[in-house]
Amino acid sequence: MLTKRIIPCLDIKNGRTVKGVNFVALRDAGDPVELAEAYSKAGADELVFLDISATEERRKTLANLVLRVAEKVNIPFTVGGGISSIEDVDILLQNGADKVSINSSAVKNPKLINDLAGKFGSQCITVAIDAKRIADKWVVHLVGGKVPTELNLFDWAREVEKRGAGEILFTSMDNDGTKEGFANKALNRLSKVLNIPIIASGGAGTIQHFVDTFKEGEADAALAASVFHFKEIEIKELKRQLRDHEIPVRL
Amino acid sequence: MKIVIINYGAGNIQSIKFALQRLGYNALLSNDLEEIRSADKVIFPGVGEASSAMGKLKISGLDNIIPQLKQPVLGICLGMQLMCTHTEEGNTKGLGIFDVDIIRFNHGVKVPQIGWNQINMLHSPLFQKIKENEYVYLVHSYYAPIVKETIAQTHYGVEYSTALHKGNFYGTQFHPEKSSIAGEKILENFLNL
Repeated sequence: MLTKRIIPCLDIKNGRTVKGVNFVALRDAGDPVELAEAYSKAGADELVFLDISATEERRKTLANLVLRVAEKVNIPFTVGGGISSIEDVDILLQNGADKVSINSSAVKNPKLINDLAGKFGSQCITVAIDAKRIADKWVVHLVGGKVPTELNLFDWAREVEKRGAGEILFTSMDNDGTKEGFANKALNRLSKVLNIPIIASGGAGTIQHFVDTFKEGEADAALAASVFHFKEIEIKELKRQLRDHEIPVRL
Repeated sequence: MKIVIINYGAGNIQSIKFALQRLGYNALLSNDLEEIRSADKVIFPGVGEASSAMGKLKISGLDNIIPQLKQPVLGICLGMQLMCTHTEEGNTKGLGIFDVDIIRFNHGVKVPQIGWNQINMLHSPLFQKIKENEYVYLVHSYYAPIVKETIAQTHYGVEYSTALHKGNFYGTQFHPEKSSIAGEKILENFLNL
C-alpha cells in the first residue's frame, strides 16, 4: 500500500540551515547535510530544502549543497526557492535533486510549468502554492505570503495540474506558524478537485494534527519544520501513532 | 569490478553513482559504446518522458547496443520501461527485452504515484535478504502489468510489476538509489550477480 509521507523542511541560507535547530547529536546543526542524514535515519520519507538566500552566488552555493546532500542521503529530496528557469532546474537535477519546487515563478509565468514538465517529466515538478483566506475565498499569495494575487487557490491548483505539475505543496498562510493544525477543509477540497498528490504544509503542532490532515484533509504527505527541528515530535513516534490510527506509513 | 552507468542525458544519475559510492564502488558515467560493452555491470537509468528518452538513445546508437549486452544490466524506473516492448507514454516503441507493454495508471488512483510502497512476491537473487513487503521509493505514471518476467509486484489500484527479469537483464520500477537501506542492499545484490 502506498504510504503517507512525512517530510521535514529545511530552510537554507547561503548553504546553511537558518531556523534554530535543536539536534543535540549533531556536530554542526547548521550543516544541512548532517541534518538531512539525521532525518533520513530517523525515518523521514523525503526532505525539502527551501533556499532563501539572495546573494549573487546563490545558484552555485545551492548546486554545491545539493551535490553534497545527494552524496550522503539515500532518500529523495526536493529543492525550492528562487527557481525560475529551465536552466535553474537542470543544474539542480544534474547535481542530484530528485524534484524541484516552484512557486512565484509559476504564477508569474504559468507556461514555465509546461516547459519544465515537458523537459524533465511531471514527476520532478512540484508546484508550491501559498494561500490565505480573504472574505471566505482562498487567495493565492506570493513572496512567502506577503503579496496577494488575483488567483483563487482551487482554480490555480487545477491549472497547475493541467499544465503538468506532478504534485502540489499547499501552505495555508493562516495556519503556518500557529501550531494549531493544518488547513484540512481546504486540503480535502483540493484532494477532491485534483488527481495529483498533495503535500499539506503549515500548522503542525501535535501528532493529532498529522492524523487529522491525513484523515480529514486526505493529504498524501505532510510537511513540517520546527516541530521536527526542536524535537517536539519524533518522526518514529509520529509514525507509530499514525499506524495506530490505521494510516499507512513506512515504519 | 567495472560498473558503467549509461549517461544519455535522461535522469538523476548522480544519485546512482553516489549510492554505489556509499557501497564502496566507483562507477563510470558514460555513453561510449566500448566502455559499456566492456563493463562487468551496466546500469541503465532514466527519468523523464519516454519518447524523448528513446530519441536520445537512438542518437547515440544505444538502442542497438543495450539489447545485445551479455553482462548483467539493471534498468531503473524509465530505464526499465524502455526495456519493454512498448510504452503508452508518447506511443513509444521500446527495446523489446521484456515482453510487456507499459500502460498508464487508470484505476481511481492519483497519478503519478509518488512515495513509498511495498514490494512482494519477491523471487530473484536481486532480492536476497530483502523481506516481503519491504518499502521502496517510486515515482511514476505508467506501469508494467504482471507478466512471466515479473520478479516483484506492488499494489496501486492494480497489482503491477515493480521488477522484471529475463536472462542477464533486470529492471526495477522503483529507485533503489533512493530507497534507503533496502535499496542499497538491492543494488549490492545486483553487483553480486
